[in-house]
Amino acid sequence: MNHRTESSRMESQTPMQFLDQTIEFEALADHAVPTYAACVDEAELLAFCDAAHAGGRRIVALWGSDERNRETRLGFALHVAFDLAEGLVCLTLPLPAEAPTFPDLCTRFPAANRMQRAVMDMIGAHPASGDARSWLRHANWPADYYPLRSDAPDTQHATQNEEYAFVRVEGDGVHEVPVGPIHAGVIEPGHFRFSVMGENVLRLEQRLGWKHKGIERRFAGMSLGEGVRLAGRVSGDSTVAYAWAYSQAAEAIGAVAPPPRALWLRALLLERERIVNHLGDLGYLGNDVALAFGLMQFMRLKEDWVRLNARLFGHRFMMDRIVPGGVTVDLDDAGAHAIFTQCEALESELRTLKNIYDEHAGLQDRFLTTGRVTPQLAKLLGVIGLAGRASAQHWDLRCNHACAPYDQLTPRMAIERNGDVAARAQVRFTEIKESLHLIRKILREIPAGEVRCEVRSEADKRGLGWIEGWRGDILVAVETGADGKIRRCHCHDPSWQNWPALEHAVIDNIVPDFPLINKSFNLSYAGPDL
Amino acid sequence: MFPMLRQILRNGIVTEPAPDADIALRVTAQRLSEAMLAQLGRALVIRHVDAGSCNACELEIHALNNPYYNLEALGIKFAASPRHADMLLVTGPVAKNMEIAVKRAYDATPEPRLVVAVGDCGCTGGIFGESYASCGRVANVIPVDVCIPGCPPTPLQLMQGILAALASDRKQAKHE
Repeated sequence: MNHRTESSRMESQTPMQFLDQTIEFEALADHAVPTYAACVDEAELLAFCDAAHAGGRRIVALWGSDERNRETRLGFALHVAFDLAEGLVCLTLPLPAEAPTFPDLCTRFPAANRMQRAVMDMIGAHPASGDARSWLRHANWPADYYPLRSDAPDTQHATQNEEYAFVRVEGDGVHEVPVGPIHAGVIEPGHFRFSVMGENVLRLEQRLGWKHKGIERRFAGMSLGEGVRLAGRVSGDSTVAYAWAYSQAAEAIGAVAPPPRALWLRALLLERERIVNHLGDLGYLGNDVALAFGLMQFMRLKEDWVRLNARLFGHRFMMDRIVPGGVTVDLDDAGAHAIFTQCEALESELRTLKNIYDEHAGLQDRFLTTGRVTPQLAKLLGVIGLAGRASAQHWDLRCNHACAPYDQLTPRMAIERNGDVAARAQVRFTEIKESLHLIRKILREIPAGEVRCEVRSEADKRGLGWIEGWRGDILVAVETGADGKIRRCHCHDPSWQNWPALEHAVIDNIVPDFPLINKSFNLSYAGPDL
Repeated sequence: MFPMLRQILRNGIVTEPAPDADIALRVTAQRLSEAMLAQLGRALVIRHVDAGSCNACELEIHALNNPYYNLEALGIKFAASPRHADMLLVTGPVAKNMEIAVKRAYDATPEPRLVVAVGDCGCTGGIFGESYASCGRVANVIPVDVCIPGCPPTPLQLMQGILAALASDRKQAKHE
């Protein structure tokens, strides 16, 4: 019943070409967003990068895989996914088994830097030039141990202190302020190295990867059904988005489409997740400028919101509610009514609080012009998601590549131009309002029917899932092995692209504004640390 | 100013009564003497340490200070340094990359140096377990007094566990 029609499969046989390049892409069947893949050589990859860069497109994710134990006779492979107007386009560059290297893509896409270094740490394929410092490896396993190689044993090694080669700023009166990995508040661990002159930040360098706990290796050998639980715990604040993206990938492998009602319920959960996180951030942004009133008000609203999640869906953050094939929850009329009522109440309170934030001179003084990322800089760095939209970057999958039900919900994209803390706060206010509108539309128009169908895995197949979480777009790429179990699963968090922007945003700001600027981005540590 | 006051008055005080300690969550006998517990009361200072969580436990720890749970009203507050803390509240499996930092935070904490492991990952290693990159449960790295399971534990469960670290074995036994 749920298998997609034969005609859509026929269509998928025709090769496609993009950006005036000669590469012939295969359209992958059964993907929620049109997805295309091709195997390329180095010259083709570089030419495609140039064309994508010239066309104002962006890298979505970059990851590596070990192909030596497959029949394809490849050694390793580098995968690069792009966001093109036509959909998600994934290029695979085969790499030799001995001394694998790949071209440095940072010159076109600076955001590739840390992803390339993670490929180096995980599978031992090196960028041919550029930054060669480890990223996820912190001297706690040997330099020649590559955890994602199929022949690497899963053993622990002695923990050591790492000497990381930070870029030093020298000159009269310059001093360094090291912060972390354990920070002063209730937040995730990371290390920030500030070079400071008086009050002003001259340079910030981030050293992340502290939370790396071997998630990608953990996926290997799991069944498609088991994997969704782990995907939902890559970044707990985005559990709905990750579970949906993972499920899209699993459904592409199983060649099934979930029932329509399940997709509408997923969108309901995703918009509720967006609102929860935006509410929390708006509260903490108030707190960081000494407006404790704001924190308390928004935290109260957030608690109301998660309590209704618990009541209707059985979990405050809706973990494990989205599974391959659909959802594990449904909504009755009483539940829908409760959500309607809550949306009305939140909208009214939000209006009050927005007025208070707008009229508060002290708050506005701290928000405006602080931590600025201009649209030009954002474009250069490839800033995406919420932070990108606050700097006039028009990236929102819900609008650009709307999968069902967003093709019928037609959300409006929240765009600001100033790229400062105030703009990132404003995008959150606008998005909450839009999400409230979408939720009510979902409740009014949700189709009746089943909420789950069966997904059977298929051997040696790949699927990609792509969802706009509250921070930005999340990509999950799953490949099955000959036994139908997960061979490789890569989860990509939008924070990969946006962390480097924070390094630029703080330049020339004062050190005490860093927590505020950091909060205005609120990037994930767990997500990219994997 | 007036819109703020109006908003505060309109919403009133929403704080709910605190739950009782759940001493079943304790994994060791109470190390503190009755005299010391009486002296300490609930004037507890906590240093939170994220040793490798998915960040969901942090969301619930944040919630402890929202107006509903209002943990600070009990006398319990969070400090920026382990040197100012009586208790470490540790989330996540301990990532290998965080092992040294967690041990240093523990060494920097003055006695009584209570340790509460938070969430399924902190209690058992959870879904991440032990691997080349993960030391597993918190107790594999530092001694633990209380384990609060859950994925993530709710704010009420967190409060029950935090209070358990301050509860006397004897009083509770009498109570039962």
